[in-house]
Amino acid sequence: MDPLFLVFVVPLLGGFVLAACGHRPYARDVNVVFSSGTLLAAVWLTVRVVAGGPMFALDQLFFIDPLNVFLVALTAFVGLTTAIFSRPYMRVEEDKGKMTPKRMRLYHSMYQFFSFTMLVALTTNNLGILWVAMEAATLTTVLLVSVYRTPASLEAAWKYFILCGVGIAQALFGTILLYMAAERVIPQGSDALLWTNLAAVKAHLDPTILSIAFVFLLLGYGTKVGLVPVHNWLPDAHAEGPTPISAVLSGLLLNVALYAVLRCKVLTDGALGPAFAGNLMLGFGLLSVVAAAFFLSRQRDVKRMFAYSSIEHMGLMTFAFGMGGPVANFAGLLHMTVHSLIKSAIFFAVGHATQKAGSQIMDDIRGLIKVSPTVGWGLMLGSLAILGMPPFGVFASEFLILTTAMRQEPWATPFLLLALGVAFAAVFGRVQPMVFGATELKPLAHPPALLPVFLHLGLGLMLGLYIPPYLSDWYQQAARLIGG
Amino acid sequence: MNALISQLVNLFAAVMLILAFAMLSQRRVITLIHLFAMQGLAVVGATTVVAYVTHQHHLYYSALLTLVLKVFLIPFLLHRVIDRLNVKWDIETLFNIPTQMIVGIGLVIFAFNVSLPIARFSETISRGTLGIALACLLLSFLMMITRAKAVPQVVGFLAMENALFFAATSATYGMPMVVELGIALDVLVGILIMGVFMFQIREQFESLDIRHLEKLKED
Repeated sequence: MDPLFLVFVVPLLGGFVLAACGHRPYARDVNVVFSSGTLLAAVWLTVRVVAGGPMFALDQLFFIDPLNVFLVALTAFVGLTTAIFSRPYMRVEEDKGKMTPKRMRLYHSMYQFFSFTMLVALTTNNLGILWVAMEAATLTTVLLVSVYRTPASLEAAWKYFILCGVGIAQALFGTILLYMAAERVIPQGSDALLWTNLAAVKAHLDPTILSIAFVFLLLGYGTKVGLVPVHNWLPDAHAEGPTPISAVLSGLLLNVALYAVLRCKVLTDGALGPAFAGNLMLGFGLLSVVAAAFFLSRQRDVKRMFAYSSIEHMGLMTFAFGMGGPVANFAGLLHMTVHSLIKSAIFFAVGHATQKAGSQIMDDIRGLIKVSPTVGWGLMLGSLAILGMPPFGVFASEFLILTTAMRQEPWATPFLLLALGVAFAAVFGRVQPMVFGATELKPLAHPPALLPVFLHLGLGLMLGLYIPPYLSDWYQQAARLIGG
Repeated sequence: MNALISQLVNLFAAVMLILAFAMLSQRRVITLIHLFAMQGLAVVGATTVVAYVTHQHHLYYSALLTLVLKVFLIPFLLHRVIDRLNVKWDIETLFNIPTQMIVGIGLVIFAFNVSLPIARFSETISRGTLGIALACLLLSFLMMITRAKAVPQVVGFLAMENALFFAATSATYGMPMVVELGIALDVLVGILIMGVFMFQIREQFESLDIRHLEKLKED
């Protein structure tokens, strides 16, 4: 059996199995088992790719290269740790009566289907399938956002559905235009949407069509990345859904959407040179960083605050890839990795903290360090890490992005520094009393899952201090692939 | 012969555009669904003609898929939903229909301007229609923005899908079959989820007015 198949067949199977038994008490463990299976397949795939280079499957419909293999591994890994985190978390939610067995079944089954759609989006070679998988990822999560059936969660889910639906429709229009440009160069019908075929002839694609197509693609997939001004769905969906879903949305789905943009950027660069797509991404990225930092400072809900922080970081990555060049691309890829590790760790800690306090409003969460020192430290260290404190990995990537910006786009540096400063003051000022303030909160009935939090933070720390040579090799190859 | 047939495609395109305007100004929910089904029929007609002229057999399949999905199944599901939710004879108060129309005309002009430089590359018989497809897409956006009820928003969403499908036929000879099947599956699952949603919204707010859904705002 080909590992490239296993990596998405396992979660697909898991989705069906859990659709049948997801309401039983052991479903939590079944969910973890399937997620571990996905991770094992991803590791096997990674080993194969490291040994044998890029590979194809199913008549070139799926492929794996240096750019997507590390995202597949990351997605499978965070998928597993989130499944581990969700065991105690969802049990508490059940005890509180917020989740019924029927909803648990929906939750477990959709969790696996969601992993499936993301892994298909990452491994597919066909830009049309990429679109289908991105849309399917929205569809699988939209019912999870509204799973609590509160008015606010219904509103968030409706907004998520409609806004992402509109956004993704633009991406489809862009894909159609791309196909049109491709058909003029590659005659044999259905192969003209295969990315590898397009990349081979990218210099011959028509620049006029490609420029218009990229605008639509960037706006479309950018909606899912959460770029300002098409970000409105993101804070609501993150705040109102169950916390494990916020963690995977923030840590994984946004990455997959950015990955889609990158694939399209490579083609556009081939036809138009790096300036066109790069400048658009620079603009949207910078706008997202600055706007998100100011929105962030005005939040009262802890999950909304970290959702805006995700917008900020996705903006930073978009900015980095917009600058282009080996260093900025390397930094962007590193930032993708550490952001998804650290941000999901933060959501894990925040999840336990909000369950303790029974509220997501930051003023109600106080003194975590006394009630549960590990959750408190997890949140504190996670926040410091995401704010770019050394020695965590975010510092390394942000440092690289900033120094490259000073060289290549000096005008943008003051805005970036200002935004990072505002975000630092806002997040640190909020998190500090949440961790150290005085409190009367009580401990939880089920012990929190802390392994995922500290595993992620540990990896984030390691990437800040030491990037293993094969990993940095990998980043460099991927950076070259996207035009470094 | 060819000139006549390409006129036929243009005719279908024009019908689509007129229907898009009609949907924009239609206040009755049930008529809106009829209009949507008619628009689906126009897409089917255009696709069949293109398939006939170009001998692209997969286009027949996709025309059939559209016929089943967008002319029969989805309107049928929508009829059932509005029946069960008792909103069949609902009339929405729409403000400023003339202004909406003028904005719509502006969008059409914009769409034609955007697609002008690309349309000349299109080698299909339906080259002039890419602008119309984009115009229909933008008109559906406008409809989704201006409507305050859930069902018309959903119809707007589906009309957008029609426009995209039409764009695929007019810019190229349709997308590859596997992609088209995937898109059809997404649309079908999407409409089912939307149906579930409408019942949940109704249960929670006792109305399908999206204006209730405006609590989540920045302070």
